[in-house]
Amino acid sequence: MTFSADSLTPLEWKFSQVFGERAPGEDVQEGDVITTIGFEKSGDYLAVGDRSGRVVIFERSESKDDSLLYDSRKDLEQLDFAPARHPTFQYKTEFQSHEPEFDYLKSVEIEERINKLKWCATHSGLLFILSANDKTIKQWKVKDHKVKKVKEMSPIPVLCPENVLLAEGSFTNEEESPSIAHSCHLEWTEKLAQNHSPYQDTHARIGDIEGASRARCRKVYTHAHDFSINSISNNSDGETFISADDLRINLWNLDVSEQCFNIIDMKPSSMEDLTEVITSAEFHPAHCNLLAYSSSRGLIRLADMRQAALCDHGARILQHGESRGPKSFFTEIITSISDIKFLNDGRHLISRDYMTLKLWDMNMDSSPVAIFKIHEYLRPKLPELYNNDCIFDKFECCTSGDGLHFATGSYSNLLRVFPDGVGSEGGVIIGAGTTPNRPFIVFLSSRAGGPFTKLLQGIEDHP
Amino acid sequence: MSAVDEPLYPIALLIDELKNDDIQLRLNSIRRLSTIARALGEERTRKELIPFLSENNDDDDEVLLAMAEELGVFVSYVGGVEHAHVLLPPLETLCTVEETCVRDRAVESLCRIGSQMRENDLVDCFIPLVKRLAAGEWFTARVSACGLFHIAYSSAPEMLKTELRSIYSQLCQDDMPMVRRSAASNLGKFAATVESSHLKTDIMSIFEDLTRDDQDSVRLLAVESCAALGKLLEPQDCVAHILPVIVNFSQDKSWRVRYMVANQLYELCEAVGPEPTRMELVPAYVRLLRDNEAEVRIAAAGKVTKFCRIVNPDLAIQNILPCVKELSSDSSQHVRSALASVIMGMAPVLGKDATIDQLLPIFLSLLKDEFPDVRLNIISKLDQVNQVIGIDLLSQSLLPAIVELAEDRHWRVRLAIIEYIPLLASQLGVGFFDDKLGALCMQWLQDKVHAIREAGATNLKRLAEEFGPVWAMQHIIPQVLEMINNSHYLYRMTILRAISLLAPVMGPEITSSKLLPAVITASKDRVPNIKFNVAKVLQSIFPIVDQSVVEKTIRPCFVELSEDPDVDVRYFSSQGLQAIDNVMMS
Repeated sequence: MTFSADSLTPLEWKFSQVFGERAPGEDVQEGDVITTIGFEKSGDYLAVGDRSGRVVIFERSESKDDSLLYDSRKDLEQLDFAPARHPTFQYKTEFQSHEPEFDYLKSVEIEERINKLKWCATHSGLLFILSANDKTIKQWKVKDHKVKKVKEMSPIPVLCPENVLLAEGSFTNEEESPSIAHSCHLEWTEKLAQNHSPYQDTHARIGDIEGASRARCRKVYTHAHDFSINSISNNSDGETFISADDLRINLWNLDVSEQCFNIIDMKPSSMEDLTEVITSAEFHPAHCNLLAYSSSRGLIRLADMRQAALCDHGARILQHGESRGPKSFFTEIITSISDIKFLNDGRHLISRDYMTLKLWDMNMDSSPVAIFKIHEYLRPKLPELYNNDCIFDKFECCTSGDGLHFATGSYSNLLRVFPDGVGSEGGVIIGAGTTPNRPFIVFLSSRAGGPFTKLLQGIEDHP
Repeated sequence: MSAVDEPLYPIALLIDELKNDDIQLRLNSIRRLSTIARALGEERTRKELIPFLSENNDDDDEVLLAMAEELGVFVSYVGGVEHAHVLLPPLETLCTVEETCVRDRAVESLCRIGSQMRENDLVDCFIPLVKRLAAGEWFTARVSACGLFHIAYSSAPEMLKTELRSIYSQLCQDDMPMVRRSAASNLGKFAATVESSHLKTDIMSIFEDLTRDDQDSVRLLAVESCAALGKLLEPQDCVAHILPVIVNFSQDKSWRVRYMVANQLYELCEAVGPEPTRMELVPAYVRLLRDNEAEVRIAAAGKVTKFCRIVNPDLAIQNILPCVKELSSDSSQHVRSALASVIMGMAPVLGKDATIDQLLPIFLSLLKDEFPDVRLNIISKLDQVNQVIGIDLLSQSLLPAIVELAEDRHWRVRLAIIEYIPLLASQLGVGFFDDKLGALCMQWLQDKVHAIREAGATNLKRLAEEFGPVWAMQHIIPQVLEMINNSHYLYRMTILRAISLLAPVMGPEITSSKLLPAVITASKDRVPNIKFNVAKVLQSIFPIVDQSVVEKTIRPCFVELSEDPDVDVRYFSSQGLQAIDNVMMS
């Protein structure tokens, strides 16, 4: 999903691209169901995780040389708005991030399903991704695999015969096994045939051509979570990240996988006293010491890591007081926050609960700045949704890079996008269908099943 | 390959493996890079091997790490100092890779090479390299650059020096916190090479920027450079510039920064000198001891003795001791444990009167602490207090604590206290030991946990060494021999173990008259495990005793055992017989 216009003109949404389209009549495999997606900070890459533990990476398809021609990011962004320069993505690579495991001590199966993906700082063409299933977080390094090709050779007679060792050894070796396991792979072109003498220098011009990308697991952060991991978040200091499960939040150093620090522990001494669980956690985009986490009781807590090593206490709480008003059986369930995200301005954050998307100002803890209703028509149907467990579905939310638009998912393949400042009923409804030009019809009454419901629960804006 | 001379063949193999697909082979080859270089000779190493390595930068991290390390000691293989510059390009590339440990190693190697290079080579090659890295597009290059300035700076001409200083100050304001962290942690080294006139102006302003950084992780590294800079500055400048920063840091919002101050305080005090310490840092330290974050208190409590040593006793009694009293009943066991591990050292500093009046109550309350770690930490430093207050006072309060620990329900605690028993025994003397601790030592031999029984046996050996065979004959041997008739075979085995340990200490006479008969009796045991242990024990003690005893007692016993129905017993006894025969032969 990309934003195609700036905030001044009303948003016009067009269908852009679809990946993994099914052939007519083809069944959706359980393992192919997408569980999480995430854009890289610059917007050049998109990662998608699925239930069978795979991570697929897509890359913006304009060639990199093009983007170098433009001086600044701003020029590029303006270009993006022009229809001709509409960004499209292409498949880059995929890898198996997690495998199914079995915890013999607790006798439980650990699914390979990817719960969260986060991009770390990219570095000279290298991409770093954190991926987590229920228990284990892994750091992956995706490397463009340069295939070196000898373009030109200048045969110079050599003095001593051993010199061949440096030259010939490599090429014969590579010729015999043209595998690409060695990241620096030399391809011998037909010029070899013309070289009558084996004694020749290797002053060959070697040009890089684009090869396949390869992902390698760099670190495995494990044995730190007793419960299912629901979020991971990078710190702005570039050195640490947190991982949150239902009851605890741990702080890690990216380079140290043997050790982590528990900074928040909500586990009561007896599990019978359990009243709330952590549903989502995120670091502030600029202040390295600030972190927000949401709970099933509808609270957002802001913790300052500077105050104490354990941040359980003394957190500021953002809570919507009025929501306690008329209580029904379902009130408690639908106030549970399923996702929170900071806006890039560092002052606001958005939260998603079952029925609404809320915009908060960190300085106003008694009520949200705005409430966006997602699917109010479902309110009379809550008993039904409770009976078929849909009321426990978790939806994510996200913001655009400029912080002026928020998007979140709903049922029936629907996606809601709200510009900042419109009322609760405003915003755009977009249907995510597989046929681009099909006239868009919204079926408000029925809840559509299928894979895209899940996809919509994991939407992400282009930064 | 047929053209290759025979002796060169292994070299050929190594060179070939530099390009192998298998990481392990490449790694092996890189590890033997010096061999390859020696075989190729200086000139070809310069012209072929090094350029090859420079191109080979797109490799596995492990190989790159090995390469960064090897190149650091390569100067002699490329033809000495005048050619050292050829090593810079491959290391420069390694300085920009994303793996931190590779970069760190490459920087280390560059520093090593740079410190050997001739001055004009430094100006021609090394300084441009530093500048290139500092202007690098990726933060990794800039991070590495920070660690090279201290090598480059001193030999630079005046113009370049100004430039280097300004580049460094830019790095301290870099957008990436990683670069600022690297600049902060290298500031001390760089400052040491800068002339004192610039130190006060340029470096101090860089330093002040870093101390105001909004990232905690940068500020806490700046704490470290406080001490380093303080040592470089004149005392009055130090008081004017560094002291306020330290005081500020000690009240920083972030507990991690305060923790660093608490950890570094001793070095900081040394840097500012005694008088300002008294005036400014004592209050700061008292604040840290009363910090509301337990981690900070742990760090501060661990430094209490060191700190008291540099201030005068009156000040310590007046200001520090009340805090120590509070800490001894701190809510965090880790704080109390940290305090317990150093508080003993305060006794000599405060003197006898203050120790008895003030320190002893604290120390007794820690000895009764509910957490075994705290008690153990006290007991392990007993000798220091002993010197000050004397053994009588000490033993009154000490004994109940020791007995309690010796019976702690965690076996690791019991194990720890056993290990202190010989030390305590030597400090407290024979008399005290006989009355109170002797029974405990025997009790351990019948512990439920094997590690404790084993430690108990070793403990007896060490006591016998400490007090001598005569004492052991009276106080250890009878009790031990009594236990060989225990109804549980595991306890009998422990006794055999104790005997084999005691025998060398007790000497041949006691061994053959007292210990050996007991072992021989045990060889008639009904449990095969006991019997083959007898065989093992006999094997270890026969060299101690007289030859005639071996022939008369030990050999028949072995012979008897070697006809045992159990295969293990037969095996160990035949081993024993062989051992005896071997000794006889020689």
